[in-house]
Amino acid sequence: MSASISVTDLTFSYPGGHKALDGVNLHIGAGEQVAMFGPNGAGKTTFALHLNGIHMPPVGAVVVGGTPLDDNSVMDIRRRVGMVFQDPDDQLFMPTVRQDVAFGPANFGITGDELDERVRDALAAVEMGHAIDRAPHHLSLGERRRVAVATVLASKPEILVLDEPSSNLDPASRRELATILKSLDVTMLMVTHDLPYALELCERAVIIDAGKVVADGGTRELLGDPDMLALHRLELPYGFDLKSV
Amino acid sequence: MSGGHAHALHIHGHSVVHRLPGHLKVAALVLFVAAVVATPARAVWAFGLDAAVLGLVAGLAGVPARFIARRMLVEVPFLAFAVLLPLVGEGPFFEFGGVRLSEAGLLAAWTILAKGSCGVVASILLAATTEIPDILAGLNRLRVPKAIVAIAGFMVRYLEVISGEVARMRVAMAARGYEPKSFWQVRALATSAGALFIRSYERGERVYMAMVSRGYAGTMPTFGETPTMTTDVVRALTLPGLAIITAAVALVVSG
Amino acid sequence: MHIPDGFINGTTSLGAVVIAAGGVGGALRRSATRLKDRQIPLAGLVAAFVFVLQMLNFPVLPGMSGHLLGGALAAILMGPSVAVVVVSVVIILQAMLFADGGVSALGLNLINMAVVTTLSGWIMFRLVRAPFRPSRRAVLGASFVAATLSVVVSAVLFVVEYAIGGVGGVNLLNVLLLMAGSHLLIGIGEGFITVAVVGAVLQARPDLVFGASDLAAEGGPRLPMKRFWILAGVAGAVLVSLTVFASSNPDGLQWVAEQTGFAQTAQGSLTATSPLSNYGTSGLSDAAGRIVAALVGIVVTFLLGWGTLAILRRRSPA
Repeated sequence: MSASISVTDLTFSYPGGHKALDGVNLHIGAGEQVAMFGPNGAGKTTFALHLNGIHMPPVGAVVVGGTPLDDNSVMDIRRRVGMVFQDPDDQLFMPTVRQDVAFGPANFGITGDELDERVRDALAAVEMGHAIDRAPHHLSLGERRRVAVATVLASKPEILVLDEPSSNLDPASRRELATILKSLDVTMLMVTHDLPYALELCERAVIIDAGKVVADGGTRELLGDPDMLALHRLELPYGFDLKSV
Repeated sequence: MSGGHAHALHIHGHSVVHRLPGHLKVAALVLFVAAVVATPARAVWAFGLDAAVLGLVAGLAGVPARFIARRMLVEVPFLAFAVLLPLVGEGPFFEFGGVRLSEAGLLAAWTILAKGSCGVVASILLAATTEIPDILAGLNRLRVPKAIVAIAGFMVRYLEVISGEVARMRVAMAARGYEPKSFWQVRALATSAGALFIRSYERGERVYMAMVSRGYAGTMPTFGETPTMTTDVVRALTLPGLAIITAAVALVVSG
Repeated sequence: MHIPDGFINGTTSLGAVVIAAGGVGGALRRSATRLKDRQIPLAGLVAAFVFVLQMLNFPVLPGMSGHLLGGALAAILMGPSVAVVVVSVVIILQAMLFADGGVSALGLNLINMAVVTTLSGWIMFRLVRAPFRPSRRAVLGASFVAATLSVVVSAVLFVVEYAIGGVGGVNLLNVLLLMAGSHLLIGIGEGFITVAVVGAVLQARPDLVFGASDLAAEGGPRLPMKRFWILAGVAGAVLVSLTVFASSNPDGLQWVAEQTGFAQTAQGSLTATSPLSNYGTSGLSDAAGRIVAALVGIVVTFLLGWGTLAILRRRSPA
């Protein structure tokens, strides 16, 4: 199940006065996989935090699958938009994996056998069923990343937003996560610096810089424009040949 | 303060003690300690009995004596205090091995030694046979305010994360030749403690955002509780029950 | 100092549990009002920080080391109600998991370390800041005094508890001097560390220092003034009555009369004032009592002078 997400004229400034987002417009269709690039401080994470109402848009609108984000709809939207943060330790805060994965659906009203089923299914989707009763800090980083994805999948979201999902992962974990993400039937927005990863998983890419969308197109086309990339402090990794992929 | 890692507190096992639910064990600890404290200090036999029963529990649970002895090092500060008491206490006095000891001080020292040690060993056994999530769930069932238990859960969860950050900071400082030996050099450590606070606070805010993203609205969700079995209650009450009976007998006998 | 089982009798311990429950419960309600939803994760993370910080040992004398309590620091950084909750959780888990502090003494330990250290630290922090214009230096100076004295207050309170329900066996006033003296040294260490930590946080994220929220550019929650003047007044009145009580002790006057001859005593006048000397001499207890009374008198005078300064400062144009 996937839904579309539409952002119109989103503008946001932090209390100190720094304008993080300056009229961002972005429409992602149901089922699309979109990567978001940009230099540090461009506003990528701030943007992501608007998609499930952690920041409520002071100017502009966010519409999820036809439902506009406001104080009444925010709980429902949080269920439908699953957010996977950069540091898995920030979102694995319960004593056991089971309780972490159950936390989301339990808050949204799922109980009893259905709750157990959600937990098992979510962990199976990320191939971490064996860790169900373990404590999060006994898991490796790659395992924690996958469990973090499971904590969000358990609420059956329609849209998945991931912030730097491949950072600090060893190559094997990176591969395992990619396989899992490819198998999911959701709309996906991936904020990342890992350009090859974006190429592998997302057919479309958007570049944000200084709070504005400065490019929007096919991932391959964007990555094939070195001048555009350099303008926004992006570049392909050493030895990476676009044509060979 | 020893401040050991969580897994250094726990001895893995499947004994009858391990399998008892957390809330019963916590309640048993509290009752046992209360009984020990109520036992008159002069009834030395009573403490021998309490110690024997503790030993029985330790044996049943497979907790090695060496482990208990090592964890009992936390007692050292108050043992030092106890040892001083017969030397600096008030009269009446008596001679022993050429040293003048205070009677009241000696009795006080014995009281501290016996009761304190029983309390420490009982706590050690709880931590050794009960995983922390079960202890916290037990506190919840015993009607400790939910917020306190929830905060405790987060504290335990992030203890290793924060100590990890401290360890990394110390390594980084040592790599730059910084090894504090005198009090005044502790200042740089204290400044990095400020950075640690900021990091901890900011992580707290990020954890909150993650919680809110998954539907948190102020109350932690409750997960089902298994009903308490009478057999478990009986088993859990053995240790404190014996201690209570011992205390009662000692009180009656001492008049 | 974490009190183990066996130091204090059952009745006193139980009474302490009731008082502690009230204090911690009240703090919990206030902290929930202030932090709302963010209470649990924030307090949890800060509790982990305090726990780790308590492992910081520092030498106070050759061979003796103290460790940080962190109550005053927590209050200055997070505000008093949150600080009480945070340190309470630390104390409870130390007792249940680490056998540091007896389960029967939990009420007492909560009172001494979670409630009294934090609240007295906060009150003294506000009192010391009062006559001065809001400035970084005032905050740091007040942090030092507050943290140092909070440790001493907690040690003195322990002696009071020992007087009420302790196993006995020692002359109390000498214990008082020993505890207060050693904890003054530990308190000074805590004071320095508190200043360093508050200073570092003020530098990088001044908005995270609750006790300095009137320094931050945006201004912050207004710190309630009236309540603290009432508290200071009550504290002053209590101290004045204690002074009167102590000086009405007739033995004290006798000691003063003997004092002129005391200095002539050949036999070890140095060892006579050490806590470990012969406790049979009744004159020594009176000496201790007199010293306590003198200290109390000094403190009261100081507080009255400070209060006058503060009131004058508030009256004058900012």
